[in-house]
Amino acid sequence: MIPELGHLALWLALGVSLVLGTMPMVGAARGRLDWTALARPSARVLFALVALSFVCLAASFAGNDFSVLYVASNSNRLLPLHYRITAVWGGHEGSILLWLLMLTFWTAAVAQFSRHLPDAMSARILAVMGWLSFGFLLFVLTTSNPFDRLFPAAAEGRDLNPLLQDPGMVIHPPMLYMGYVGLSVAFSFAVAALIGGNLDASWARWARPWTTAAWFFLTIGIALGSGWAYYELGWGGWWFWDPVENASFMPWLVATALIHSLAVTEKRGSFKSWTVLLAILAFSLSLLGTFLVRSGVLSSVHAFATDPKRGLFILAFLVIVIGASLALYAWRAPSVGLGARFSLVSRETMLLGNNVLLVVACGAVLLGTLYPLALDALNLGKISVGPPYFDTVFVPLLTPLVFLMGIGPLARWKEAELPDLAKRLKWAAGSAVVATIVAIWVHGGIGIVGALGLLMAFWIVASVTTDLVERLQPPAGTRVALLQRARLIPRAMVGMMIAHLGVAAFILGVTLVKSGEVERDVKMEIGDTTEIGDYVFTFRGVREVPGPNYRAAQGTIEVSEGGRAVATLHPQKRIYTATQAAMTEADIDTGLTRDLYVSLGEPVANGAWIVRVYYKPFVDWIWGGCLIMGLGGVLAATDRRYRQRAKKTVRTDALGAVLGTT
Amino acid sequence: MKRLGFLIPLGAFLALAIVLAVGLNRDPREVPSPLIGKPAPSFSLTRLDDPQTSIALADLRGKVWMLNVWASWCVACRDEHPLLVAFSKKGLLPIYGLNYKDQRDDGSAWLMRMGNPYQASLFDNEGRVGIDFGVYGVPETFIIDKTGTIRMKHIGPLTPEVIATEIEPLLKKLNA
Repeated sequence: MIPELGHLALWLALGVSLVLGTMPMVGAARGRLDWTALARPSARVLFALVALSFVCLAASFAGNDFSVLYVASNSNRLLPLHYRITAVWGGHEGSILLWLLMLTFWTAAVAQFSRHLPDAMSARILAVMGWLSFGFLLFVLTTSNPFDRLFPAAAEGRDLNPLLQDPGMVIHPPMLYMGYVGLSVAFSFAVAALIGGNLDASWARWARPWTTAAWFFLTIGIALGSGWAYYELGWGGWWFWDPVENASFMPWLVATALIHSLAVTEKRGSFKSWTVLLAILAFSLSLLGTFLVRSGVLSSVHAFATDPKRGLFILAFLVIVIGASLALYAWRAPSVGLGARFSLVSRETMLLGNNVLLVVACGAVLLGTLYPLALDALNLGKISVGPPYFDTVFVPLLTPLVFLMGIGPLARWKEAELPDLAKRLKWAAGSAVVATIVAIWVHGGIGIVGALGLLMAFWIVASVTTDLVERLQPPAGTRVALLQRARLIPRAMVGMMIAHLGVAAFILGVTLVKSGEVERDVKMEIGDTTEIGDYVFTFRGVREVPGPNYRAAQGTIEVSEGGRAVATLHPQKRIYTATQAAMTEADIDTGLTRDLYVSLGEPVANGAWIVRVYYKPFVDWIWGGCLIMGLGGVLAATDRRYRQRAKKTVRTDALGAVLGTT
Repeated sequence: MKRLGFLIPLGAFLALAIVLAVGLNRDPREVPSPLIGKPAPSFSLTRLDDPQTSIALADLRGKVWMLNVWASWCVACRDEHPLLVAFSKKGLLPIYGLNYKDQRDDGSAWLMRMGNPYQASLFDNEGRVGIDFGVYGVPETFIIDKTGTIRMKHIGPLTPEVIATEIEPLLKKLNA
């Protein structure tokens, strides 16, 4: 009964999304307030229906209803309850339902927080989001129904993919999808503005906090996925340039460009058509990522449940959504105009450079991901390009990007002067160089790329510091306390500085891991030791440990440094009962300056095992950097001026309403 | 004229969509290689496990052998590897690896971890030999006969079907 209820809710949602897609749009065109007024309630009902359907699926999982095909394929009685719930998005159908839930959530959120927008504008935005929901609902209902019954019911489920039985997997997909789908808000803003022809600075101001929020989720989602790969796949890597990873990285790059471009459009009115294009592209890449992962055109380590029929549906959807929005763009954007002029040396130019580099980087990733596919379409064979390609492409693109990141925030809008910039940044440049030399001297040889990485990280820190110091310095002739000056810095500005520092931490982490990591695979008998630097790893043997739905061989490895015990690590090799799949569970001693990473390879003989011991300096800075970037995003998105303006307009709306009735 | 510029994104996207549509309806792994029936390109590379010793094409003349292109960074190779290890245990023909654009330490560690099906792996750090062999990506597999002629090429990971329906019949013919 519960699955049927969920299924019914999806059909009802389809109808509501159709209403949301059409009525407000037509109403906005004809000025019919009674039709545009349908937008908000429809958005809320849509969310409620999809949420109901999601809860129904979760209930089927919790209650072990193996008469539902999807539950039987992805769950098992032995699976602990929390993993039975997260198994909802452990397969294709449920992931798409989760995607849909996020989409309707964002739609409802826009309905809630868009009261300060002109009525026609918010109606159009919600209508565009309604169409997106309609497409995805149709996709779920026609090709990927999670509520399909299985007759006769299975006695036992096939179990959740063991790779996904991990706390990281509990939050990684929801965060990532929040990010992916959150970009649909900026997309809908852009399309609505193109339709309405009101592409101006206020459009950019409304879109900014939404875009930054989506970017925050995307950043955290990607970081979680990377962290999960690091400790769960058992080979100590944190990024593999796998198509699925690239699928999330491409929207991130464009969303990052979009955040910066929106700033220019809001402050200076420039880049308008470019910003709109980025907003369309960012969400298009989310959709493209979905297509790549779901259709089976690219093979990947973690592509699951692929089916050409679904691929065809998503491709058709892709062509309609992206094709239509780009056609709309080609039709409406030329009339937008160029906005304020700016000189060659100005903050606009720096941000344009940032945009171009980020988009080119995205293009490079797209090429590396699709090149195999394109060659294949041209009958030239199937390939994978891999880290050698991406590493070669990325360093030359990142270097100027980071250089601009230091200068941009200090450059004036419209027109800046090179000598002035050089003067203000000479201390930053000098101290970055000195810090790099000192670091290399302390750390030992790390190669040219390593030195470049350090220089980039220190350059960011030094230039952000310069920026901060300049902002804290009272103008000549005034006496203002430091704290007061600090309070005057807008929160969005602080967010930007923090996010840039996050990039520095990230670069530092990547550089030091790449140059200083030690990976060792050793055969160890009980009592054997192996050394990495000052750390001594002693193998104490392996014993059997039972788990809820697996058996594990658990090793014990003691780590000491200079005779002092540092950690006792328990890596596991698990065999899951239902699938008989073997999984490697690494154990990691995490530290600010290094991770000690141990995982079990294969048993050899007489209790001896192949043991993998990794020393990863500063690896946690990679994810720490992402968290810091995310924190910057939160600060920027919650800047007071967005909230204040919202409040003020609500009040005038209310006043208008009162006046209107009298 | 200015308007046309705004059509570029649409045009680029439609081209991409066509590629995707073609890619969707394609079994990517059946591609004739121009190299089949041609003599294998000559090479001389050091062994992965021993920088002092080289192996050249001429050393392998007179036997039917397999060249498997792999790399420690290659994700698909991980999928393929257990099958290759199992196949090597049958001892049907010597398998040589071409360790493509890899680092010596990484490659050796990878083999230690995953098992080593190769007589030897040739260390092709710069990918020169890979280019001569027309390697688009990793993994790829070649069968080379006694005269040094390439008889078969497989792109992407080997599968049990490929081994049973293509490689083993070919070996029977070549060794007859």
